[in-house]
Amino acid sequence: MSDTAFDTTPVIAPSALKVSDEVAIEISNMNKWYGSFHVLRDIDLTVHRGERIVIAGPSGSGKSTMIRCINRLEEHQSGKIIVDGTELTSDLKNIDKIRSEVGMCFQHFNLFPHLTILENCTLAPIWVRKTPKKEAVETAMHFLEKVKIPDQANKYPGQLSGGQQQRVAIARSLCMKPRIMLFDEPTSALDPEMIKEVLDTMIELAQEGMTMICVTHEMGFARQVANRVIFMDQGQIVEQNEPEEFFNNPRSERTKLFLSQILGH
Amino acid sequence: MTTFTDPPAESFKLSMLVYDTRYRSITFQILALVAVLLLFGWLTMNTAQNLNDLGKEPSFGFLGESAGYDINQRLIDYSSQSTHLRAAFVGLLNTLLVAAMGCATATVIGVIVGVLRLSGNWLVARLMTVYVEIFRNVPVLMWIVLCMAILIEAMPAPSAFRGDNPDATMKLFDTIAITNRGVYIPEPLFSRSLGNLHIGTAFDISINLLAILFVLGVSLWIARDITRRANAKQEATGLRPRTWHTRLAVIVLPTAILLAFLGFHLGYPELKGFNFAGGTYMRNSLIALWLALSLYTAAFIAEIVRAGILAISTGQTEAAAALGLRGNRIMSLVVLPQAMRVIIPPLISQYLNLTKNSSLAIAVGYMDITGTLMGITLNQTGRELETVLLGMLVYLTISLIISGVMNWYNNRVKLVER
Ligand SMILES: Nc1ncnc2c1ncn2[C@@H]1O[C@H](COP(=O)(O)OP(=O)(O)OP(=O)(O)O)[C@@H](O)[C@H]1O
Ligand SMILES: [Mg+2]
Repeated sequence: MSDTAFDTTPVIAPSALKVSDEVAIEISNMNKWYGSFHVLRDIDLTVHRGERIVIAGPSGSGKSTMIRCINRLEEHQSGKIIVDGTELTSDLKNIDKIRSEVGMCFQHFNLFPHLTILENCTLAPIWVRKTPKKEAVETAMHFLEKVKIPDQANKYPGQLSGGQQQRVAIARSLCMKPRIMLFDEPTSALDPEMIKEVLDTMIELAQEGMTMICVTHEMGFARQVANRVIFMDQGQIVEQNEPEEFFNNPRSERTKLFLSQILGH
Repeated sequence: MTTFTDPPAESFKLSMLVYDTRYRSITFQILALVAVLLLFGWLTMNTAQNLNDLGKEPSFGFLGESAGYDINQRLIDYSSQSTHLRAAFVGLLNTLLVAAMGCATATVIGVIVGVLRLSGNWLVARLMTVYVEIFRNVPVLMWIVLCMAILIEAMPAPSAFRGDNPDATMKLFDTIAITNRGVYIPEPLFSRSLGNLHIGTAFDISINLLAILFVLGVSLWIARDITRRANAKQEATGLRPRTWHTRLAVIVLPTAILLAFLGFHLGYPELKGFNFAGGTYMRNSLIALWLALSLYTAAFIAEIVRAGILAISTGQTEAAAALGLRGNRIMSLVVLPQAMRVIIPPLISQYLNLTKNSSLAIAVGYMDITGTLMGITLNQTGRELETVLLGMLVYLTISLIISGVMNWYNNRVKLVER
């Protein structure tokens, strides 16, 4: 799809960003079915702290389903998912713990339309983390400044542009001080000029060392910040590699076909 | 340098009345108003002319005359010597009674059924679907008559409660008697009553009731203050103090003390001879009407509630869950506040429908405003036009009050869009 926002040479080399040896997410032998439909097949994936991973693949390949399994918006049926040392089971305590450490941004932002931008950002800190309101507001304003919309704090989501809404959604997740961020096609509902403002925010996050898993078709973004690109097809991880290798020397035929379609040549 | 001036004034043309958006709506509103006024004027003239020809002068004087008929279910004192106006007032109170009871139970049943219809439990969801489809697809009049028939046919006669080995027994520790004539429930009595407040010559209001309402109001106000303080504490420290027990105490204790002071006790219905005496007597007609209206309207409310919850996209629930909120908090902080906006406007219509449907009371002989004013009073005085106009005015007033209150609430929770 759009490769326009990142025609220039990368501002930062992906390798310049530090990746620690500490394991943030470990998925082993994970399988998931919808009824008789096998959506995810034998997924094995280890994510280290500070890694920026981009997941690509054709529509319906199970990318969303996989990252939604990481914070249990979807339930996996076999295999293991360990996030920050906590295994995801049906135990509510574990789920709560993992959800408070993993932030997520959605394609359609999913801001709460009945709350102001500020209230969107303070809701979870107040009710989940039990932060005093004053402190929660300060944190929220800090992150709203970071995504460059502090002046909209008292507006409602319906009064903001798409790009602004997605940046609020990012700020809302950050207010919970997550150690891992998941993005599910955060820019695919946006106009090209808004895509850049959201991606800039994400790049900044990456530079600060946030562990990120990002489903996106923005290959420019992948080149610039990812340290690993994962290609999924039909519920499987077909190929994974460093961005340069991935784009220049794809190994499997399916990857080559996908890349030729998405890069438009 | 630039100077700012008003745009040059356009000259007004007659065609602008129709084609200019600034005038267009006003033009059409004035036209419509004139048409309506003409129509009404013509109708009034015509009616007055016809009545004149029949020798009937429109007059509301009959309202002051003695009614001469009895009303068996009533909330205030009334006898056959009372005026038609008082009979109408008894009817109005009966209408309000059944409408209020109906709206309350219909809402409770409707919300429960609506939520359960979305439940993951296949059997429960199906049962609720069956309930909704059965009740909303049969005219409410039939439900009213059916409920009445069941109450009369299936319930034991008071005589069945007699003897050493009776066929029927009272329910709930001998406090409630369900018979084919109606239901007898305990009545509130005060041994140290404060008496009644006389308003004019016609109306008495129990001072006991006023005192209780006053104390309860003050308690609720204090309880709200406690909640507010809990909110302030949560804002300051993040921890929400547990307040439900103090709130409960603040609400219950003062009222309980007042009740004890007034010598509050319950008068239980008792079998005296062939019938029950004492207690509050709810006629079958009231119960049948109340049951039928509640169950029927609840089916519609259930659908409204279900639609309201479904209208909130799963994205909202997911986003809240991803932030670490638990199910009940997601419901109360995210889903319900949004669903309310979808639910309230159609809910108003259902309350209005229920109130208007309560005029079917006449089918089971429950004396509401239709039964008194537009029923017996009309038959006795022959004042069709006056009684029907009064009746319409009453229903219109009730309906406008209901929608006014609900719209006010709805405006308070409306979404801000750009
Ligand atoms: N709730 C569900 N029930 C049944 N099938 C589902 C459900 N959700 C997703 N699927 C199926 O699972 C497959 C994977 O879906 P998923 O949303 O993970 O794909 P994706 O890779 O994110 O695609 P896209 O790029 O279009 O977002 C699809 O074939 C989809 O039809
Ligand atoms: Mg997807």
